[in-house]
Amino acid sequence: MDPIIELAGLSVRFGNRDILHNLRVALSGRTIGLLGPNGAGKSTLIQTLLGFVPLSAGSANIFGHDIRKQTRELRALVGYMPENDSFIANLTAVSFVRMMGELAGLPPDAALERAHEVLFYVGLGEARYRLLGTYSLGMKQLAKLAQAIVHGPRLLILDEPTNGLDPPARLRMIRLIKEMRQTGGMHIVVCSHLLRDVEETCEEVLILKQGRIVHYSNLEEERRANKRFVELETVGEEKDFAGALTALGCECVGAGLGRFKMVLPADFELRDIYRLAAERDLQLRRLNYRRDTLEDIFLKAMEN
Amino acid sequence: MAVYKRTYAAYEGSFTPAWSRFLILPRYSFARLWQSKFLVMFFMACFFYPLGCIAYVYLANNLSILSSFGIPTPLGQILKVEPSLFLYFCWVQAAFTYLLTAFVGPSLISPDLVNGAMPLYLCRPFSRTEYIAGKMSVLVFLLSLVTWVPGLILFVIQGSLAGWEWTRANIWIAGSIFVGLMVWILVLSLLALALSAWIKWKIAAGGLVLGVFFAGAGFGTALNSVMRTKYGTLLNLTEVMYTVWSKLFRVTSDSGIPVEAAWTCLAVVCAICLWLLARRVRAFEVVK
Repeated sequence: MDPIIELAGLSVRFGNRDILHNLRVALSGRTIGLLGPNGAGKSTLIQTLLGFVPLSAGSANIFGHDIRKQTRELRALVGYMPENDSFIANLTAVSFVRMMGELAGLPPDAALERAHEVLFYVGLGEARYRLLGTYSLGMKQLAKLAQAIVHGPRLLILDEPTNGLDPPARLRMIRLIKEMRQTGGMHIVVCSHLLRDVEETCEEVLILKQGRIVHYSNLEEERRANKRFVELETVGEEKDFAGALTALGCECVGAGLGRFKMVLPADFELRDIYRLAAERDLQLRRLNYRRDTLEDIFLKAMEN
Repeated sequence: MAVYKRTYAAYEGSFTPAWSRFLILPRYSFARLWQSKFLVMFFMACFFYPLGCIAYVYLANNLSILSSFGIPTPLGQILKVEPSLFLYFCWVQAAFTYLLTAFVGPSLISPDLVNGAMPLYLCRPFSRTEYIAGKMSVLVFLLSLVTWVPGLILFVIQGSLAGWEWTRANIWIAGSIFVGLMVWILVLSLLALALSAWIKWKIAAGGLVLGVFFAGAGFGTALNSVMRTKYGTLLNLTEVMYTVWSKLFRVTSDSGIPVEAAWTCLAVVCAICLWLLARRVRAFEVVK
């Protein structure tokens, strides 16, 4: 698959301070998560990709367009939802989204039609004639999302999309992101420090720390790999239980007190574990797949 | 896609040409500006003096009307259409535009900065130059309607009443009206936009638009007195502009500064304003 975002030694420097340092990665997932602690350089990376911040070294391509040389073409393909409060005063939501659509190049009539559509889509249909200044924080987030998708971008960049949202609004935002990923045919970059949001929506994750890439992982592959790790807790006489499992191709390690950790071979049937336990009159109290959560991955990346 | 379906679909229609997109900003700005009754009334008031000038020009070219009202002919002979009439026209209309700019200018950029809207504009295929051009065109359109447009109408009326000979001999006045007032509009617009970009509080920005002229005049006079020079007048933008207009309308100026210095001063003011705008109109704010 062709990479969506390709960073080749990208570096950004403000004054004497390196903000992003020699980033090299090719991202091709449908939804890409940008993770990192505060000040890691996530927002700077997004601003660099949008051409707001000049590169001090390296290069970056989005859909094959050089971000330095083809900024205008690139921006036509991208929708951006900024992190901070961003709106135009004294405009109703429908005028605001229409204006943003027109600035992206839509003719006025088409922009008006699209503005109504996307406002209904994000759930602001009933409030679309209200002034943006009167919106709650959650509604402003949705209005920002609406303006980002009004022109039908190929890449949608969401900077902290669930910031300040209450749980129902957060769930709604997550649902919208998932839905756009599945039906909209667009690629989505979710920048967040909330691991749960990224875990729920993203396939690929890039973790930044102090302006450097500390971890890249494909969550889909991680999830598949996790299915092969099993933790077992038994009660009773073990009677070479570990040896029997090893004979079936498992890598099995006894952790004491009837606990085992195993890596299953690709074609292993779980019912064989129950069979072996029954043959030895061994009670199985717990059988868990290892769940290496994004939090684990993140914490490991931070430790490294 | 029908609204009731409430699903997302990508846009697949046509796009507008990139060069025309800066005109979107004035369209939305005017829609908002005309909601102000005060602005509408003041805008209408800006046309009283041009209407008076048109009446004057008509009477000056139709003295028989004065006679029919029993006004003695010598009084009628005082009514003459000379280049100075157009210079005064510029002077009066410039005063109106000055107030109009102080009212309209601050609301152009500062709300976008206060509400963090810059990334929304600039993440689209829309440059900083187009943004500034779009915002500036609001003032240029508005101020043109009360300055050189009625000025040229006045000239055309005078030309049609005075005849072809007068028009041919004085066609330079039309050029002077257009150039003189466009320079004024340019300076005023850039100044208002720069102040609007740097001062987030609209009222303060409006006050400063007025203040720049008054404070400049005060400092200029003080500088002239202390340093025993005439170049302090360069801080007085009104006098600088009057010097330029006097040259354009072939009238003797009593400001005491050379016209070249006045042009240079205006160019420097415009350059400073553009620099200030370039520093401020950005997608992100540099926090030190």
